[in-house]
Amino acid sequence: MTDQPLIQAKHIHHSFDGKKVLHDISLTLQPNEIVTLIGPNGAGKSTLLKILLKLLPASQGSVWHKPQLRIGFMPQKIHIDDALPLRVKRFLELGLSRDTQKRNDTTILQKTIDTLSIQPLLDTPIQQVSGGEMQRVLLARALLRSPELLVLDEPVQGVDLNGQTELYHLINQIQQQYSCGILMVSHDLHVVMKSTHKVLCLNQHICCSGHPQAISTDPAFQTLFGEGYEEVAFYEHRHDHSACEHTHD
Amino acid sequence: MIELLLDPPLFLIYALLGGLLIAIIAAPLGVFMVWQRQSYFGAALAHSALLGLGLGLLLSINLSFSVILVSLSIAVVVHLLKAYSKLSSDTLLGILAHSSLAFGLILLSLQPQAQLNLMAFLFGDILSIDQLDLIFIGLLALGVAWFFKRHWQDLLNTTLNAELAQIEGIQTQKVQLYYVLLLALMIAMAMKMVGALLITSLLIIPAATARKYATSPEQMLGFSLIFGALSVILGVVTSLFWDIPTGASIVAVATVFFMISLIHRR
Repeated sequence: MTDQPLIQAKHIHHSFDGKKVLHDISLTLQPNEIVTLIGPNGAGKSTLLKILLKLLPASQGSVWHKPQLRIGFMPQKIHIDDALPLRVKRFLELGLSRDTQKRNDTTILQKTIDTLSIQPLLDTPIQQVSGGEMQRVLLARALLRSPELLVLDEPVQGVDLNGQTELYHLINQIQQQYSCGILMVSHDLHVVMKSTHKVLCLNQHICCSGHPQAISTDPAFQTLFGEGYEEVAFYEHRHDHSACEHTHD
Repeated sequence: MIELLLDPPLFLIYALLGGLLIAIIAAPLGVFMVWQRQSYFGAALAHSALLGLGLGLLLSINLSFSVILVSLSIAVVVHLLKAYSKLSSDTLLGILAHSSLAFGLILLSLQPQAQLNLMAFLFGDILSIDQLDLIFIGLLALGVAWFFKRHWQDLLNTTLNAELAQIEGIQTQKVQLYYVLLLALMIAMAMKMVGALLITSLLIIPAATARKYATSPEQMLGFSLIFGALSVILGVVTSLFWDIPTGASIVAVATVFFMISLIHRR
């Protein structure tokens, strides 16, 4: 049973108003596997994500989820109106499953708060939490239902390389602690999380896919950024250029 | 005038009871209206009720019934259009609100006896509440209580982030539709009391006042309930003392509370 995939998508096609955005995409997410989905703006990353999460029905093709699949989702950003009085602690509690709430069980909540070191934020109104802190809070909420699959939509967007390293470190730690699969979306075409098992490069279709190269060993990178970026890796694109028109700068 | 309060006639008791029930219903619907920035939706529904009146008169069916029917239909249409149209929801609401107002006016103008209903429609007459109205409002209050007891948290999560809520297993579309339908029912019923022009204020002013004092969503609901109920009681009483329109005086009292909250330091 443990070998059963978490999500399996077969021959996904999607168009908006007759305009094709996704073309024949098939992919499988295995338990414990870290997959990074990269692609330029307009490549259809968010559309594919929505289809994989069954938030949006695909025009064509099928998406299969493992029965009772528990997904933890970290949205790219979240806007909460100032008119809604809400503290971080309550925001997290709202993410607990009904069952946990009924049992008044706070162990999961406390464990997650500790993992992400957000204890000092708990009484802060959610609108006053800074961008970096909010990412931790959202990550915490995604973890509250002990997910089998963690879906992160551009978790490092707007974060400098230093912050990225830190966040990737955290994500790695979480992946080991929870032994969950991870699907991460990123618009950075070259630098991905080092422990990524598989990189999928999307530009309406899957252009290329493969394993990233460790970046910390790349001397060119080291001279450029110095040391201490052991969490990131370089992804080298190997395209079949007859099928793929886009270029990477 | 004092003896009127000491030994209140039946119409006054009905008015206060009906008003309090409306305040109770308005509190949860109103806080979500503020959180979701839906106040324009309330206004649009209130406008569209005129079409309900016009149709009701034309077909000579019960007016409350036709108003409710039209409000519910408009609510469903907006809900569906939002998903399919490229236009933003405030544009859609603007079109629906004013077109239904226009058609309503046309229908009413074709029927001369409608003239006397117009003032009551715009400004309401809380003192005209009868037993049947009370029963309807009471039933709606039960419906609202049942919905929020079951779905308060679901609707809150939907308001925070619909995608996240959906992934966490909430049927966001359904919950939101129920909310909108209850809102339409509330507006159709409260119309008789405070009038189409003032209904939205009854929903949003107590909620806006409560924001200042609340640190959690539930607290905001509680304060909103208190401010709403106080506005109704004080509003009905002042309208009796000074012989001013009751709907207007309820909203005026609510606004005074809001203004106090603005200057009041916490």
